[in-house]
Amino acid sequence: MADYTLRVRRFDPDDHQGPYWQEFAVALEPHRSLLEALLAVKGEQDGSLALRCSCRAAICGSCGVRAGGRARLACNTHLERVADADGAIVVEPMGNMPVIKDLVVDMDAVHWKKIHRVTPWLLPEAPEPEREHLVPHAAMVDVTQTMACIQCGACVSDCLSLEVDPEFVGPAASAKAYRFVGDPRDGAQEQRLRDLAEDEHGIYDCTHCFSCIDACPKGVAPMDQIMRLRRIAGVDHEIVDHNNGERHEEAFATLIHDYGLLHEAELLPRSYGGNSWFGKFHPAAGLELVESLPAIAKAVLRGKVKPGQALRGHRLARGDLDAVHAIYDAVEAGAPSERERVAARDGGGQS
Amino acid sequence: MRVAYWPGCVSRGFTPELHGSMAAVAPLLDIELVPLDRAACCGAGVIAEHNPELADTLNARTFALAQQVDGAELMMNICSTCQGAQAECQQRLDADDDYRARVNATLARAEPGLSYERGLTNKNLLWLLVEEIGLETLRAKVRRPLTDLRVGPFYGCYIVRPRERVGIDAEHPRDTYLQLVIEALGGTVIDYAGTYKCCGFPIVTTNKHASLRQAGRHLADAQEAEADCLVVPCPLCHLNLDLQQPAAARELGRPLAMPVLHLPQLLGLALGLSPKQLALQKHVVRPTSVIDWSAAVVGAPA
Repeated sequence: MADYTLRVRRFDPDDHQGPYWQEFAVALEPHRSLLEALLAVKGEQDGSLALRCSCRAAICGSCGVRAGGRARLACNTHLERVADADGAIVVEPMGNMPVIKDLVVDMDAVHWKKIHRVTPWLLPEAPEPEREHLVPHAAMVDVTQTMACIQCGACVSDCLSLEVDPEFVGPAASAKAYRFVGDPRDGAQEQRLRDLAEDEHGIYDCTHCFSCIDACPKGVAPMDQIMRLRRIAGVDHEIVDHNNGERHEEAFATLIHDYGLLHEAELLPRSYGGNSWFGKFHPAAGLELVESLPAIAKAVLRGKVKPGQALRGHRLARGDLDAVHAIYDAVEAGAPSERERVAARDGGGQS
Repeated sequence: MRVAYWPGCVSRGFTPELHGSMAAVAPLLDIELVPLDRAACCGAGVIAEHNPELADTLNARTFALAQQVDGAELMMNICSTCQGAQAECQQRLDADDDYRARVNATLARAEPGLSYERGLTNKNLLWLLVEEIGLETLRAKVRRPLTDLRVGPFYGCYIVRPRERVGIDAEHPRDTYLQLVIEALGGTVIDYAGTYKCCGFPIVTTNKHASLRQAGRHLADAQEAEADCLVVPCPLCHLNLDLQQPAAARELGRPLAMPVLHLPQLLGLALGLSPKQLALQKHVVRPTSVIDWSAAVVGAPA
């Protein structure tokens, strides 16, 4: 047995005092779950503590809370893993969603709305086969990673893009979108991708912060799925979106090919105006340039950026650049599409 | 110690004060830098998004060049993003012998004699400070303790997540190292909400408003926690937090004046270098709360 202090962030909409912290002492073995501790509090100390739970086996996805600094399922979190040296455990409702009461958040208002937004059902390619669909085994194994999602909302809670842009489609819905984009039976791959690429709060709104990967209790790695959606949209379908997502990626890859090192002064205008030296003369690049002028002027004024050097960029020596070109030629020529990459994983056998 | 040194692109581009201050600080820490100036950009996650094998091969070349540096104990970088992007590639290369052989074959065709051998150690300066040099040694080298300087740590996503790849565990609490280093230098660690959050830089071209709101929020949080400055081990974070700070202030509609120091600059101040040697005058937000410019010493907060 060990002594723990649960420091719970509580909120009751019916009393008008706003959220407050309350401490509860519990004695449990360190390997027992946070959910057991919370239920012990509810059962023995304060029946008014509100929380959701059901299966206690990390299957139902009901008991998401924030503890030890990030979102997790209370039922598969050992007390010793989230307690500090003094045995204190801070328990809060999940983030990025309105709190209904205590540890219960409004999943409908945020999480489920976003899931519905990505058309979370199969749109089969017509005509339907007479019998079952025959699909590569590897392709179905591939989408099982996203099918492992139990809709607990932990990734939504900890998404750092959602914190500043509540309209962002978010990690859970993006992973769900990949579940159908990656499904060879689905006939709307390009339409789904175009929709998510063109949405100004779509896949290009992800900051690549890895929070969702760490928060997910089922290994769905939503951010990895977002990166694959971007790759399939930009590289395989060549969808050039209005958010500069595809242009930024293309310009980045081209500049590393041409210079070996990042050429910041070229990257920005090309991301807005198009992937060539002429990109900077596109109206969109001009507009961005005007907006950025104060920052650029300050940087030049401080001697941080030397205009001549910035415009020339840094370039690797000839021999090294030759090696970079040879790598690009070898790897980019005949690079497989994402679907081919997946199929190659087990030789593309049928199941 | 001798290290194969990967400065990254931005430290030689838009944040030259980072590369310069690292070079100034290295001898004081007995680090001999052997720059990998033949290596290409790490891809910053963007090339991996475009084509993972391309990013893996470019970084395999960097790793191979690092392994050719005579007497180098490991490879060191000064950029959270390089650290994370390279670790992701290294993880894929190290996990699969067949894949590594294919990448090495491409590498050998591109540049005969180059090959990456599994198991290179690549550490950000922050990790090297704590794990190789040691906090005790660092403390002994301090000539001008950062007494009363209130410093907010800002890590950058790529060296704190994903925890498994980053290698954060009970023996390597790498998500506490910035705090430990600030304390070892005699400074006061400021607890504020932004420490482990995203600076927003990766989406500056795709959603500028959200990007600036992220940077602005962390700067404002640090300001409200009465920090004198932030310290970052990542030049990309520095771009969004310092270069873009005036724009972030406009986005938020509130004034911001939060100096942001590169890790080698904070080290340099404590190890006795002058603000000028560390090019602190190059920052967009002048570190006036950090430095008493008239006497060129670390000053007490206002």
